[in-house]
Amino acid sequence: MNTKVKHPKLWTLFFSVLSLIYVFPIVLVFINSFKKKAYISRKPFSIPQGKQFVGLENYINGINKTNFIEAFGWTLFITVLSVFVIILCCSMCAWYVMRVKNSMTKGFYLLCLFSMVVPFQMVMFTLSKIVDMLHLNTPWGLIIVYLGYGAGLAVFIFSGFVKSIPIDIEEAAMIDGCTPVQTFFKVVLPIMKPTCVTVSILQAMWIWNDYLLPYLCLDLKKYKTISIAVQYLKGGYGSVDMGAMMGCLVLAVLPIIVFYIFCQKYIIEGVVAGAVKG
Amino acid sequence: MSKNIKKYFPIFMLPTLLAFVIGFIVPFALGVWLSFCKFTTVTDAEFVGLSNYIEALKDPVFLHSFLYTTAFVLVTVVVINVFAFAIAFMLTKKISGSNFFRSVFFMPNLIGGIILGWIWQLLLNGILAHWGKTIVYSSTYGFWGMVILLSWQQIGYMMVIYIAGLQNIPGDYIEAARVDGANKWQLLRHIILPGMMPSITICTFLTVTNGFKMFDQNLALTNGAPSKASELLAMNIFNTFYGRNGFEGVGQAKAVIFFIVVAIVAVIQNRLTTRKEVQA
Repeated sequence: MNTKVKHPKLWTLFFSVLSLIYVFPIVLVFINSFKKKAYISRKPFSIPQGKQFVGLENYINGINKTNFIEAFGWTLFITVLSVFVIILCCSMCAWYVMRVKNSMTKGFYLLCLFSMVVPFQMVMFTLSKIVDMLHLNTPWGLIIVYLGYGAGLAVFIFSGFVKSIPIDIEEAAMIDGCTPVQTFFKVVLPIMKPTCVTVSILQAMWIWNDYLLPYLCLDLKKYKTISIAVQYLKGGYGSVDMGAMMGCLVLAVLPIIVFYIFCQKYIIEGVVAGAVKG
Repeated sequence: MSKNIKKYFPIFMLPTLLAFVIGFIVPFALGVWLSFCKFTTVTDAEFVGLSNYIEALKDPVFLHSFLYTTAFVLVTVVVINVFAFAIAFMLTKKISGSNFFRSVFFMPNLIGGIILGWIWQLLLNGILAHWGKTIVYSSTYGFWGMVILLSWQQIGYMMVIYIAGLQNIPGDYIEAARVDGANKWQLLRHIILPGMMPSITICTFLTVTNGFKMFDQNLALTNGAPSKASELLAMNIFNTFYGRNGFEGVGQAKAVIFFIVVAIVAVIQNRLTTRKEVQA
């Protein structure tokens, strides 16, 4: 419904201004990341020059204080592997659930729907205790936790897609001698590719930014994620090294923006597809 | 065919099922059971009946946080959806650069709540410094700070869904209504809004649940200050669990109440907006 609008130039101007306001908070953090820390809280809107300018000191400080590079590595590790495991396991599971209809699979499907409404606070205490008991408090163990906690949404979206695949294709493959495993990987999974992209994007956005689950489940003496590392800059008595904080914020935001610039089309399409099915 | 597949249960379903049991079913069931118990770890639970719930409902901080969160959800749902719809409506028209604007408005969604909270703390404290105040001056400041933050974050997300919805309305309908002499408001009220109800259902559902569950932004922006007055429910529950020894049972009872509230609100909201959906 691409209809015309009066004064299109004026609207472009209006949205340009709005866009500038939109990115302003991030630009402000970027500017302040080069400022001496004593001036950040006092004069956040001034341009760092002269004695206010400290070069890369805040970045070096931030990286050293939070062990940022390690945190970045663990976040990447957890996100990539969790998303991969979720895609693989949940697509297989969703196909099985839709093709084998008995009371067990139906019950499982209903529980998946149910799990999407349950707030994390409901399970956080018991989950963290169970994770400790089973020694899953490492990045590897966390992948299993994410598979379990993310299964609800993933199975739901995959099942919605499996319903639309004509069963004839699969039957033909099996008559030709494929085992169910072969049928799944050679016939079903290739058709599901767009859904895989959708689920990956939704899960990756969630897992990369998640704070509470890794905070409660990980052994924080050994492993931190980016969100945890940033929050750790706040000391026990509420004092914050604003310089190091600014450096870390920029380092946390920058990779995401670069990634977004290259993949924005898929990300936005994935979110829309996920929302319409969810 | 179904029988043939069924034998492959251990390969296809078992891994997800096991993880789901560990990650969701057991914690949930145990959580419900523990809300009726007194405990400090899972193993020393002792059944105490409803006393945790009574304690939770007698806690004035919890009740304050409950009302505070309800107000927060109401305001953010309206603000986010109205702005998201308006921006989506304009961006589906012929305006140069609309794809670029769409990308800019969506961007904050990719940044985590903790990081957003700190970014906005810098900006809001910088502005409030003109009056010699900070974001934690009173719970009202924190309230509007969080409203601005969440709106800034989520308008883009909802906008993207609304744009998809608007593009799905068949052009013929609009053309036909125009030919019949409908003016702009009639067009919006009788053609576009009814056609958009599925998107509105989704977006209100997402904004309601996101508002109720918000924790990270709250933690980074105000951390409940001053004196727990700006605590949203999720944070209140967290602090009950980990802030005081011996209150784990009360925390779990609060979590169950929280879950029931979220579930009821989600169901009511879904009923209300789905009823208005029309078959296009």
